[in-house]
Amino acid sequence: MADRTGDNGKPPAEELPLLQVKDLKTYFFTRRGIVKAVDGVSLTVRRGEIRGVVGESGCGKSMTAMSILQLVDKPGRIVSGEVWFKGENLLARSRREMTAIRGKQIAVIFQEPKSSLNPVLKVSTQLLEVLKVHQDVGRLPRTEEAVKMLKEVGIPDPERRIHNYPHELSGGMAQRVMIAMGMACAPDLLIADEPTTALDVTIQAQVLDLIRTLRNERGMAVMLITHAMGVVAEMADVVTVMYAGTAVEEAPTLNLFDEPLHPYTRGLIASIPVMGQRKERLEVIPGRVPNLIDMPPGCRFAPRCRARVEHGLEKCTVEEPPMIEARPGHLVRCWLYEGDQR
Amino acid sequence: MSTTDNLVEIRGLKVHFPVRAGILKRTVGVVKAVDGVDLDIRRGEILGLVGESGCGKTTVGRAILRLIPATAGTVRFDGKDLFSLKPSELKPLRREMQLVFQDPYSSLDPRSKVGDIVGEGLRVHGVTDRQERHERVRKALEMVGLQEEHMRRFPHEFSGGQRQRIGIARALVLNPKFIVCDEPVSALDVSIQSQVLNLLKDLQQELDLTLLFIAHDMSVVEHLCDRVAVMYLGKIVEVAERDELFRNPQHPYTRALMSAIPVADPRAKRERIILQGDPPSPLRPPSGCRFHTRCPEATELCAQREPALIDLGRAHLCACHLRQPEGQVAESVARVGG
Repeated sequence: MADRTGDNGKPPAEELPLLQVKDLKTYFFTRRGIVKAVDGVSLTVRRGEIRGVVGESGCGKSMTAMSILQLVDKPGRIVSGEVWFKGENLLARSRREMTAIRGKQIAVIFQEPKSSLNPVLKVSTQLLEVLKVHQDVGRLPRTEEAVKMLKEVGIPDPERRIHNYPHELSGGMAQRVMIAMGMACAPDLLIADEPTTALDVTIQAQVLDLIRTLRNERGMAVMLITHAMGVVAEMADVVTVMYAGTAVEEAPTLNLFDEPLHPYTRGLIASIPVMGQRKERLEVIPGRVPNLIDMPPGCRFAPRCRARVEHGLEKCTVEEPPMIEARPGHLVRCWLYEGDQR
Repeated sequence: MSTTDNLVEIRGLKVHFPVRAGILKRTVGVVKAVDGVDLDIRRGEILGLVGESGCGKTTVGRAILRLIPATAGTVRFDGKDLFSLKPSELKPLRREMQLVFQDPYSSLDPRSKVGDIVGEGLRVHGVTDRQERHERVRKALEMVGLQEEHMRRFPHEFSGGQRQRIGIARALVLNPKFIVCDEPVSALDVSIQSQVLNLLKDLQQELDLTLLFIAHDMSVVEHLCDRVAVMYLGKIVEVAERDELFRNPQHPYTRALMSAIPVADPRAKRERIILQGDPPSPLRPPSGCRFHTRCPEATELCAQREPALIDLGRAHLCACHLRQPEGQVAESVARVGG
């Protein structure tokens, strides 16, 4: 990724990744101590690509997204790092400028679609509001445009649905409305934070299919945040695995599942039952996720890592490993691969 | 089906909830959460009950335990008709049937110590000796991988996975025969889920328990269960042995449900069936087969007549007009349906 520099040392604009996060740190300053929710995350999203970000609760995947959007509330603060979006550093933008970027160029959908919608306003009011804010000034958007938006995200009977209040919608439909709002301004990037976690499987399949279709038709990039390895396997082109506030592995999806390198990723993949692949027992990752206030020195996974014991590695509890490119395009934060460094 | 093999026999179970509105609280409609369920749970098996939210699976679990009143039908537990028992006759049976809840955060009293939470059932069921209670609580905690010292702690000091272990210990302390597990792992992180699933499997084998495992996740059910029943909108649509069901799913809904599950294997080649629309409201279930509004194979007959749950052979039950028992021809549809 780093070798594509142009003549002047800067990569040519069209080859720049759409989004580039560099060494992002977001800490929460609480009375009990500093919670390092995001602690040195780097990732890129290219145009038209679906980047999966996967990890368990508390790994910092949602907070990474909130930091990109600058929606971190007190006592949290982005401590350091860079967020480059279409060649400009978002962290240097003002609050007002960010509001314009969110919604116009970056759309976002969350886990609970109903809590993201205003419960006392009709769907039509909320859709027209979005159109009004983000379209050319001096022109009032018409209801037909809002109906068209609903039709595009596959809501049946949109002429009737547009007059509904959010509580009259099912979870799947509410998520479609959220996506419709996000799509109103043809964003370059959709950040989807656990978009289907609250939905039933058959509805999840519909919503994932919709996201995939929108990506294919509009070339929109997606940052898909999820805890579900299955969702990542079906949707993502490339995956970042997060653990305890940092990225521990990054690879194209096929490579990640063919040969997971990090002991945590391996444990995670082996611990989930996969339909059609029967196992007597599921793998278990011993122990629990470390406290984000009191992080162990060295590798954060070391206290739970069997591979460290098996290979007799001592460095792990002393020094945090860097991201190592152990295979072409396959990065892993683990001392096991120190010798494989390219 | 002989009676002795089955620990629980459910026949024609219906649970309807009235919907009341207005100042007079008049009944304006009826939610048919469970609408005619026949199901046997065999001794020593783990029966999976799967379906999406609102299909009535949780209500079935609670109605079996008489935690909510049934509108119609019978449930026989170990040969006894649960719904005709007086409260005094029911109480001794209660210790044989236990429940593990979905949410390990809200199902434990935050102001009680773990020892009291797990031991409460013993107190209710007349174990008055403190020493004996302590000993049995200790044993129950040990079975789920917790220690004696945990008895003096409060629920908030535990992680989600540990709390679910406490919930399982609470169910085990009375030496039950039968446990209803209502989505016991869906609130847990993936790496913790596997710990609890392995634990349930071990306990079931060691203690020769019968489990009704209620879940929405087909891959978890395939891993854990011996037999699987699939529910849709208040009805059972398919029941079969696990291997039979997963290799040879018959009901179009079961097929769609299986194909909708994201599989953590990007090389898995699958034919995806994406159902249209949302499940209909149990307030106004569709006529005929309840699945016909979303079914990719639906015919005219499906909208008119409700299919019966029939044995297709190899103890594979399915409620679909388009599936016939082995060796029978399609013309028999009308007769079987009636």
